This record gives sequence, C-alpha cells and structure tokens, in this order.
Amino acid sequence: MRAVGIVFSNIHDTNIPELVRVRSFGSIPFGGRYRLIDFPLSNMVNSGIDTVGIITKSNYQSLMDHVGSGKDWDLARKDGGLIILPPFGDTESSSLYNTRLEALKGITSFLFRADEEYVVMTDCDSVCRINYNEVLEYHIRNQADITLIYKKGVPISGSIDYGTTFDVNESGRIVGLNYKTPLDVKDANVFINVFVMKKSLLQNIVMDSISHNKKSFTNDIIAENLKSMKIMGFEHKGFYAGISSLQAYYESNMAMLQQDIRNEVFGDRSVFTKIRDSAPTKYGNSAIVKNSMIADGCIIEGEVENSIIFRNVKVARGCKVKNSIVMQNTVLGENCTLNCIITDKNVTIKDKVVLSGSETHPFYIGKGIMV
Amino acid sequence: MIRKKKCVAMLLAGGQGSRLYALTNNIAKPAVSFGGKYRIIDFPLSNCVNSGIDTVGVLTQYQPLVLNDYIGNGQPWDLDRSFGGVHILSPYQGKTSSDWYKGTANAIYQNLHFIKQFNPDYVLVLSGDHIYKMNYSKMLNFHILNNADCTIAALNVPIEEASRFGILNTKDDGVIYEFEEKPKKPKSTLASMGIYIFSASKLYKYLEDDSKNPNSSNDFGKDVLPTMLNSGEKMMAYQFEGYWKDVGTINSLFEANMDLLGDSPNFDVSDNNWKIQSRSPLAPPHFIGDTAKTTNSIIMSGCEVYGTVENSVLASDVRIAKGAVVKNSIIMSDVVIEEGAVVEYSIIDERTVVGKNCQIGDPIDSGKGIALLGRDISICENAKIDGGAIVDKNVEEGK
Repeated sequence: MRAVGIVFSNIHDTNIPELVRVRSFGSIPFGGRYRLIDFPLSNMVNSGIDTVGIITKSNYQSLMDHVGSGKDWDLARKDGGLIILPPFGDTESSSLYNTRLEALKGITSFLFRADEEYVVMTDCDSVCRINYNEVLEYHIRNQADITLIYKKGVPISGSIDYGTTFDVNESGRIVGLNYKTPLDVKDANVFINVFVMKKSLLQNIVMDSISHNKKSFTNDIIAENLKSMKIMGFEHKGFYAGISSLQAYYESNMAMLQQDIRNEVFGDRSVFTKIRDSAPTKYGNSAIVKNSMIADGCIIEGEVENSIIFRNVKVARGCKVKNSIVMQNTVLGENCTLNCIITDKNVTIKDKVVLSGSETHPFYIGKGIMV
Repeated sequence: MIRKKKCVAMLLAGGQGSRLYALTNNIAKPAVSFGGKYRIIDFPLSNCVNSGIDTVGVLTQYQPLVLNDYIGNGQPWDLDRSFGGVHILSPYQGKTSSDWYKGTANAIYQNLHFIKQFNPDYVLVLSGDHIYKMNYSKMLNFHILNNADCTIAALNVPIEEASRFGILNTKDDGVIYEFEEKPKKPKSTLASMGIYIFSASKLYKYLEDDSKNPNSSNDFGKDVLPTMLNSGEKMMAYQFEGYWKDVGTINSLFEANMDLLGDSPNFDVSDNNWKIQSRSPLAPPHFIGDTAKTTNSIIMSGCEVYGTVENSVLASDVRIAKGAVVKNSIIMSDVVIEEGAVVEYSIIDERTVVGKNCQIGDPIDSGKGIALLGRDISICENAKIDGGAIVDKNVEEGK
C-alpha cells in the first residue's frame, strides 16, 4: 500500500472521562481481550499499511505497554513499522494539543520522513472493519483531494448522541458539513473520523495552519474548502460502533453478543492484539453461563448472563453477573450480584455485595477499587 | 570476554509417538495439542525458560513441519536471542556420512558442534513427551553440589507400577549403583524421568566413544548411561516431587488432560509463578450461547458453544452446535460438532467435522475405551463410531 497511517490515540478523551482517567482513549479495553486502538491498527495492517505513527498526548503508559514494539501487529520493522509520536514541545506555548491539526503540527518530521504517497488518518473511537485499500482506490478514481469516511444512520441506538454529519451529492462529493447534529435523523451521514489524502497535501495544510494559526481540521480546513477542494465521502456499509459516551461504550460491547456482528468483526480472525499468556478459561461444576463472551484465564463458578468477561476474571460460586462488562483481573466474591455494571481492571467485589445499574445508565466502578 | 553459556538444553523431539495412533499420523508427538491451548513441547520449553536456560536445541526428525512452524523463531518463549535462543536441529547431510538420528545419543552426537559453539559447562537432555513443571536450575545445583558427572531426574512411583519404568537403584546418598530397565522385581521405586544433566566434557567423551562402538544402539538409556556407570563415573539420582506424566499413549494423554479439571486440579497450568508459554491463536474471546451448558470444563478462545459441554477440554475455535453434547472428551482446535451429535469419552483432532446426530464414542463406564477421530476428516450425519475405535478417514453415508 502506498499510504502511511496516522492514529490519533487521545482525541476523544472528553467523551468518557471515567475510562480515560488512567489511560488514553486508544487503550480503553474492549470486547474481552482488545483495546480500542487494535481496530484501527488491525485495519491498517490488513490493508497493507506497514508504517503507522501513533500520536499520543497524556497518560499513554498503558498504550505503550499495549502496543510495545508493534510485534503483535507485525509492525516491528526495520523499515517503517510502528512509531509512537509523543507530544512535541513548542517554544511558544507549553500546553499540549487539543485538536488533530495541532497534533499534526508536532509530527512534521515524521511526515517528512515517510516516503509513502498517501496518508490514512484515523481516531480510536470506533469499532469497525474497514479496508482502506478500497477507500484509497475510491479516492484515486474520483481524483479527490481529500476523502472522508462516513456511516449512514446510527447502527446502535444511543451509540452516538451528536457528531459531524455531511451533505453528500449524487456523485459522492461532500457539499455541506454540519457540526454537533443531534443524530435522531435516521439517514444522516455521520463522519467516522477517517481521512485519506496525499501526504504532500497534508504537509501543505499543516504548514499553512502553522502560519495562519488554524486549529481545527474539520472546521478550518474541511468546512472552509468544500468548494475549492474536491472532498469526497466514502460510505462505510459494514458494522460501526462509535464510542462517544459511557453508554455507547456499554452498548457497543453488548453488540458483540450478537452472532452476525461478532462474525463480521472477528470472523476472519484478523483483529490483532497484544498476546498475553493466560491459561484457558475453566468452568466449575456449578457454572451457569448464557449468552456471554468470555476471555482466557477466567475461572467461572457462578452464573454469567449477557455479559462480557475479560481475561483472568474470577466469578465465585453463587455469584450472579448479568448485563455487565467485567474487565481484566476482577474478582467477584461468593453470592454477590451484579446487574448492568462496568468494572474496570483489578476490581474486587466482596462476598454478598449487590450492585445494580440500568441498561441506559450502567454503573461504573473505577480501576483497582474494592467494593 | 568470551561469551559462553553455563548450560545448554537439548530437547529430543524426534519421536514418532506411534502409540498415539491417528494423532501423530502427520505431526511429531511433541506437537500434539494439550490442555486446550498448549502443545506438549510447551512444557519442557517453558520449564527451560523459567529455569533460566535460554539456549535450547530441539532435535526433530519425524514429520517436523508443524513442530518447526510452531516453534518458529522461539519468540513466544522469549527464545528469540542473538546469542543462544531456540534452534531447530534436523538431521543433515554431511561430507562423509549422512544419517537419520539412529538413537537418542546419536541425535545429540550429531549435533555436538551446536553445543560446543556455546562452550557450556553442562548439558541438559530432555524429552519432548512429558507434561510437568520442573525447575531445572535446582537439579543443576544438585549436580554441581554433588560434583556429579551425570544426574538423572527420578520420580518415586508406586511399587506396583515400578516394573513399567527404567528404575534407578541408589545408595542412601543418591549415588546410582545400578540401572534396571523394566525390572520384574523392582528393588527401588525411583523411576527415571528421561531428564539428564551431564558435565559437558563427560558427555562429549562418552558420545564419541559410543559412536565408535558398532554394537551400540546409540541410546542414552540402553548404552551411554550404563557405559558411564560401568566406567566408574559419579552418577546421581535427583528426586523430583510433583506432577509428571508421560503422555505417550492415548489413555495417558486423556488422563493428563483430565488432570487439569476440577476445583483443585491435579495439575495447575494457571500458576503465575511458573507460566507455561505457548504460541497463542489469534481469536476473540469464546462465546457461550443461550442454549449452552458448560460445566467442569476448559474452553479456549474463539470457541462458540451452543450445546452441552461437560468434563471436557475444548481447544481454540471449536464450534459446538445447539443440542450437541460433549462429555468426558478432548476436542482440539477448529473442530465442528453439529446439531444433535453426541460425543462421549473421545478425542477429536484438529479441523474434524462431526455431522448432525452422530454418536461418537461410548460412555466412560462402558469399558469400550476412548474413541479417536484423526484430523481433517468429516463424519457424515447419523454415523455411529464405537468407543475404542480409531478413525482417520472420512466416514460417508451408507458405510
């Protein structure tokens, strides 16, 4: 592939402050064994992109720990591979970037060094499978300056409350852009935060925005240039889950319990993630499990229903877990009851504790807390 | 500074494992699946790494493709090193002679040049068909402390089983004075585990001597060790305590898998202080459906279970359809059990498809033994495979 990949790992931090208190957005755990960054990274690798820069901002230890050398994505390369791009200090302001454009100003040397002709830029706020080759072909065929990917409608109700939407004409060109649209419109073209363009164009845009102090890619570049540039929309027709709130996070995880969605996302076994050596999961004599996704290394002796259980979780005898997301290394004591709960990593729930949230407002328990 | 290794491990992985029948038609015994996630060779390899031994030669001969692929550059075991690491050693063609490995000792002899490049003080010889967790560095310390020339790991077995093993007769201080191969009237209950530590110079000497002896079968147990003993070398028995199982037969492989089950299993692979490393499959967490029942079982990632699974071990990406029942069985990766099929007391190898309403095997208490289905075959709908049967070809309708 003739494109270099850029992944923004922190852009949506304000969406779910609970989950990013101790990590960057890209390293939010998802689907039992994954982190959100696994999806854009795997999409890139599966599309043949083998140079990927990950732009980080703050709290990125967990992200670095997760991606490591990039080996698990076949991105530990001599030539290209995975490159972490920490924030770049700037003599004029000591504050860190807030927008994509500001972040890009800090990676001009990375862009300069890459010898690929095109760039694919994506955020870490979605779970979907996209073949970027198809997008690039579309981009070239249409002689576009910039191609943006959108999804028609909202696949899961409540999954996105608001977002940027496009007006797209018959030929696929974006002719209008609306910010923070309430997404109750069923056939809205929702921007899913993926950009494709020539690297040279991106370099010009970044240089120009440094000299003119432009801040936002969508507001200052896309919206301003709808007429002067050919900006195309590419419709992503497959499954898409946008992680725009804790509620959306909960529902997107729960969507993995549906067989057709699970098959679409994981069926070809090409979502890569960091390999950990957990033993296989063990079910005890008293285990009762229904409609749940369970990762390796667990010991299940209680009841689990409609839930996502991450690695190395212990569910003791008599414990009942329903409609919940239980992250890595959580210990659930005997006879405790959980309904609509999200427990972060390393949580301990003591015996006989009863916790309940609701499907519209799941209750979140922070990392390492003992209840 | 001259770089050297204190101890190099040589892992004998060339065995055909003919008593595993269909399981080893196309793969070497050490590559046989175990415990849902592992292959047998993961145990000695992980033991080496956990014991601080980072240089391992793996001697392959029989059907090495799967095994070689699996070991690869050794990265899953942290054995991708620039000095040391894991090396696959296959038989090779030489200028004057080209031979298959004739016996265990000959296999090591043909690779002495590999060992010598690391200039080790000690050589650990292991076999690739045992399931156990063992700290070899303790055994090495024992060897050094006793100033031994050769140390053999030994397990205390019940006296009634002792006649199935090679028995080490020792003095009180652990010095071996006699070997007895499968004695009718055992004098001791110390069975050799097939794990040896040699002081390197002694190993070189006795392997050279052995190679020149035309009457030798070039085997450690039959030739080299008895010769060393008769020549007056100091040979020690190192007593190992813990779980150890030779998984050379269908029954012992089945038992070892079942030893992982239960609330306090006989053998625990989830011990964080002694991790068993393996090459992990790229699969999502497994899914347990609405109609499923899963008790006392081990289930790996990628499985989709809609039927009943009881007292069984499921490797990755197994699919158990609605209404299917799997009891007291070992199901290896990518197997499909279709609707209404009943699998009891069976071992089903990788990628095999069991059709609707099949009956595979008989209940464990029927006395008929384990039914074994080989890899990559399909069993048609409504077929009945008896307990104790071994099937390695497709079963089609009307047959």
